[in-house]
Amino acid sequence: MLRLIDASKTFHPGTVHEKHALEHVNLTIPDGDFVTIIGSNGAGKSTLFNAVAGSFLLDEGFIELDGRDITFEKEHDRSRYIGRLFQDPMMGTAPNMTIEENLSVAFLRASEPKKSIFSRVSKEEHKMFRERLSLLKMDLENRMDTPVGLLSGGQRQALTLLMATVVTPKLLLLDEHTAALDPATAEKVLALTKEIIEEKKISCLMVTHNMQQALTLGNRTLMMADGRIVLDVSGQERAAMQVEDLLRRFAENAGKALDNDRILLSGREGN
Amino acid sequence: MPLAIFQTALDNGLIYALIALSLFISFTILNICDLSTDGCYMLGAAVGVAVTIAGHPVLAIFAAMAAGIISGFTTALLQTRFGVQSILAGIIVNTALYTINLFVMGMKTNLNVVGKKTIYDLVAGLGGSPFWKAWHRSIFLFLLLIVIALLINWFLKTRLGLSIRATGDSSAMVSASSINPAFTVTVGLCIGGALTGMAGSLIGQYNKNCEINMGTGMVTIALASLIIGQTLFGRGKMVTRIFGTIAGSVIYRFIIALALRINVPTQAFKLVSAVIVAIAIATPAARKMIAERKDKHDRLKKRKEMLLTEERGM
Repeated sequence: MLRLIDASKTFHPGTVHEKHALEHVNLTIPDGDFVTIIGSNGAGKSTLFNAVAGSFLLDEGFIELDGRDITFEKEHDRSRYIGRLFQDPMMGTAPNMTIEENLSVAFLRASEPKKSIFSRVSKEEHKMFRERLSLLKMDLENRMDTPVGLLSGGQRQALTLLMATVVTPKLLLLDEHTAALDPATAEKVLALTKEIIEEKKISCLMVTHNMQQALTLGNRTLMMADGRIVLDVSGQERAAMQVEDLLRRFAENAGKALDNDRILLSGREGN
Repeated sequence: MPLAIFQTALDNGLIYALIALSLFISFTILNICDLSTDGCYMLGAAVGVAVTIAGHPVLAIFAAMAAGIISGFTTALLQTRFGVQSILAGIIVNTALYTINLFVMGMKTNLNVVGKKTIYDLVAGLGGSPFWKAWHRSIFLFLLLIVIALLINWFLKTRLGLSIRATGDSSAMVSASSINPAFTVTVGLCIGGALTGMAGSLIGQYNKNCEINMGTGMVTIALASLIIGQTLFGRGKMVTRIFGTIAGSVIYRFIIALALRINVPTQAFKLVSAVIVAIAIATPAARKMIAERKDKHDRLKKRKEMLLTEERGM
């Protein structure tokens, strides 16, 4: 279970560029929840993710994961149990290292750091990597010695997804991870994401700019504006909702219309 | 090329290959410009010669490596913990090392090994044949470099080695992969320092001498060797690239020996080094430029011919 308690973050405090990116956010995500997040430009979605992942420390408030306070834990320590995918497929992988080497680095999280710094990829691990790669159905299992830089964006993002989940994380943060892919590839990566999340029962937060997706994926939808969560729907109420309802509720709660230059009202990318 | 010159070039090339390997780790793998190389090399030479004079030629090598590790650790500490830019961290450590090297050398600018055995004397004692007498240094250094190259190749495939490679390859991925970049950078620079210090000690014992300024410009020379190696063998497997770096260093020494042979004055030595570095780095771009120009010329010519036939047809 993830808990944000009174979490606040202000960028450039005391200057004209002062920005309250998170304002006293309180949020509880029970285990197994798949939460979609939608919001205006600069609403604080990415800041929320950065705060949870530990890219910076909060100005105020606390973050708890499974009852443990991780507010002051370093980013590389948190990444042992928090997986993360970015919009840019280039960010999640090392281009000059092979597919297998990238997976081995990701698999580091599973091992005790002190025990095995000199160990190498074992035969069983190699086999396991092969099996997991074959689940992607991209023929990557036969190209394990290929540098990742030679793969397409979709292949890299699918590999990143595999790397983030090769050791089951307690929490998966997806920051518009299909937004930079072409529609067909985006759909494939999204289907893989759903498959892996359901199979491993990973709690997941996903930022999307696709309104339809925000309602159909997962079991709960958050809307953010000006560093606050202005709408939090789930269950029956969410199931009955249409995109128009979502927009209306947002405007009521945020006091203004949703303003995102990339927002998609329909279900399909590019339509 | 007379045999003696060939041999010295080979020996020097093998020893300086250690520094090129150090830069292979810091510059190529970690993507860090570590400019403490000059001072670190000199530190290795000073410590190595001082311990050899004290009568421990083998210990001298390990002591020089330990000194190099401390130097690498300091450079890493400045950039990972205190936010000093990596180039600046190297320069700061390099400057500090000048004084430290003077301390190590007992405030003298010159140290000579007189009447004490060096590591090469110990190796020479292992055989009696004239061949061994002539070639023991080259053979010893050759075997040493093979062992070190294989060790580095093995290390870069371990978990820690892969983490170090990932650190230099994709910083965004590293923060999401439970790797602590401060730790991997520190380990990488310590290994680099150990290799550079070892080179200093081996050269000091080879020449039976060290002089406070002998490290100046070493980073340029090592970079030249590294780039020659990467240009010739840079696209293969890791093990090819490591041995390519060693080959680059030896090739560089042969070029220098050749330059001296055709009566380039020794005073121009540094200029020759700098020119070689510039040429080595510029070669791929120059080659591309020439190819593009030729292509453009050919195609324009073809177009002109096409236009001519069109005109004639009309």
